[in-house]
Amino acid sequence: MDMKANKKKLGLKEKYAHMTRGLDWETTYQPKEKVFPQATFEGIKVHDWDKWEDPFRLTMDAYWKYQAEKERKLYAVLDAFAQNNGHLGLTDARYLSAVKLFLTGISPLEYVAHRGFAAAGRNFPGVGPRVACLMQSIDEVRHAQTQIHALSNYNKFYEGFHAGATHQIERVWYLSVPKSFFDDAFSAGPFEWMIAIGFSFEYVLTNLLFVPFMSGAAYNGDMATVTFGFSAQSDEARHMTLGLECIKFMLEQDPDNLPIVQKWIDKWAWRGIRVLSLVATMMDYMLPKRVMSWKEAWEIYFEQNGGALFNDLAKYGIKVPECITQCTVDKEHISHQIWLTLCTHGHAMALHTWLPNADEMDWLSAKYPNTFDKYYRPRFEKLQELADKGERFYANTLPMLCQVCQIPMLFTEPDDPTKICYRESEYQGEKYHTCSDGCKHIFDDEPEKYIQAWLPVHQVYMGNCWPEGTDPTVEGFNPLAKYLEWCHIEDGKDNCDYEGSSDQANFAAWRGVATQNV
Amino acid sequence: MSTVFIAFQTNEDTRPIVESILADNPGSVLDEQPAMVKINAEGSLVIKRESIEERIGRDFDLQELQINLITISGHLDEDDDTFTLSWKN
Repeated sequence: MDMKANKKKLGLKEKYAHMTRGLDWETTYQPKEKVFPQATFEGIKVHDWDKWEDPFRLTMDAYWKYQAEKERKLYAVLDAFAQNNGHLGLTDARYLSAVKLFLTGISPLEYVAHRGFAAAGRNFPGVGPRVACLMQSIDEVRHAQTQIHALSNYNKFYEGFHAGATHQIERVWYLSVPKSFFDDAFSAGPFEWMIAIGFSFEYVLTNLLFVPFMSGAAYNGDMATVTFGFSAQSDEARHMTLGLECIKFMLEQDPDNLPIVQKWIDKWAWRGIRVLSLVATMMDYMLPKRVMSWKEAWEIYFEQNGGALFNDLAKYGIKVPECITQCTVDKEHISHQIWLTLCTHGHAMALHTWLPNADEMDWLSAKYPNTFDKYYRPRFEKLQELADKGERFYANTLPMLCQVCQIPMLFTEPDDPTKICYRESEYQGEKYHTCSDGCKHIFDDEPEKYIQAWLPVHQVYMGNCWPEGTDPTVEGFNPLAKYLEWCHIEDGKDNCDYEGSSDQANFAAWRGVATQNV
Repeated sequence: MSTVFIAFQTNEDTRPIVESILADNPGSVLDEQPAMVKINAEGSLVIKRESIEERIGRDFDLQELQINLITISGHLDEDDDTFTLSWKN
């Protein structure tokens, strides 16, 4: 027999209040500062944790219910994709290089985010942020898992998907860029972590990462990536809200917090923008069918949307980060500069690169009328000319890396796009190099942190990046071959040009089989 | 006045939601992109439970929005009846 409930159900606000108010307790065995040892050293002052309000007001029962529904939808699509040879619907297998970049560079970060939010939740003395961090921590491990599951379908057919999410993030040179970003944030205190990941990355920059990536996947016939991407994105709105809430909370709690928060915003906006230069390259060069240029995405999602945000934060005294002036110049250059570097180091990449064809260069000219024809087209044409003569150019020396963002020193001076930008700092008698005023500023503020950076190029030269037992003194020793072996990059299969690769040959053959009776 | 926005996956679940939002927010602008539908509005945007229920003919919990949500911009305020995004400047 059904029991008729007489009592009116609790409203959303009441349910949330029951979960986050009055459930905490005063510690008696240990003093509070020993239970929450990381809560104060950063200098952020909090007077009343109960002022923390999560606007989504999600309770645990609702969280499990909606997350379970998202998972059911996602895995139904993944099954359909695998059952129907969804990989043959791609525009072009060149697209898979973008997916490999995602799997090797982004998915491992989801896992670090899972650990980082678990730690932040543990370290905050307030119940509201603790609950929100717990949910985000679970979301992030879900993202890492669903991305690896979705992309494992490609591993059945294509090269370069075998070691990305676990092994290569620790070893491959360009992956130290995203890795060091998260290592930097995770080794800071819980409040800086929230500004770094919760605010700068999730709120200010996430749209530039996920929306173009996923629309790009949809444009290029990659149903698996669109689906995990949107499934992950449905959590992002909650993460963005947490990031924004956190910054408001810090600023409203005590006026002394303002300079600390401002410093972190400046730092993490620049750190994040540097990492996103890889996404810029993906949008302009790696998608066979383009959604919009990096410059257009930057204007919509950073200049307009970020502008609205900073207008809003102005009432607390927050200023737009200084680096934005340079970004306005950089938006016309960075994707071209990075792709030129990746193409000329394509023999040391865990994905395929290629020189843009004539149509693609015309698209780039149209999207970048001020810069592409003047500075970059001639260089791609020269590389093509060499390739046509059978002399495809690969750089056989290693570039100097920025001590902070770890990107090779390839970016140019803000006022001269023909001159590489170098900055130098001295600390304890040693010289350190950075790629920009933004990175130099970050280094100079915390040199004791950044001198510890694990820079792949330095490590290679020190002989730390070869398989165990390697003897570099034997005759004919090939350091690059040994480095690739150590990274689990299969030389001749995973790296170099797409043109002539087994991915290209297999995709053409399988698509042929799929459309003909052979 | 700054622009707020909300974006959903394009599917049958979100079609009535998008219709409700456009009807309840005069001046809001629809932007259809690959697999994604985005609604932009000046200053603020409100989603009403009642309007969605009228269109789908069943009870609707505003937290169901999360299943198909892609991104938002603006400060959020949510209760049982409305989901509001706004910039207060």
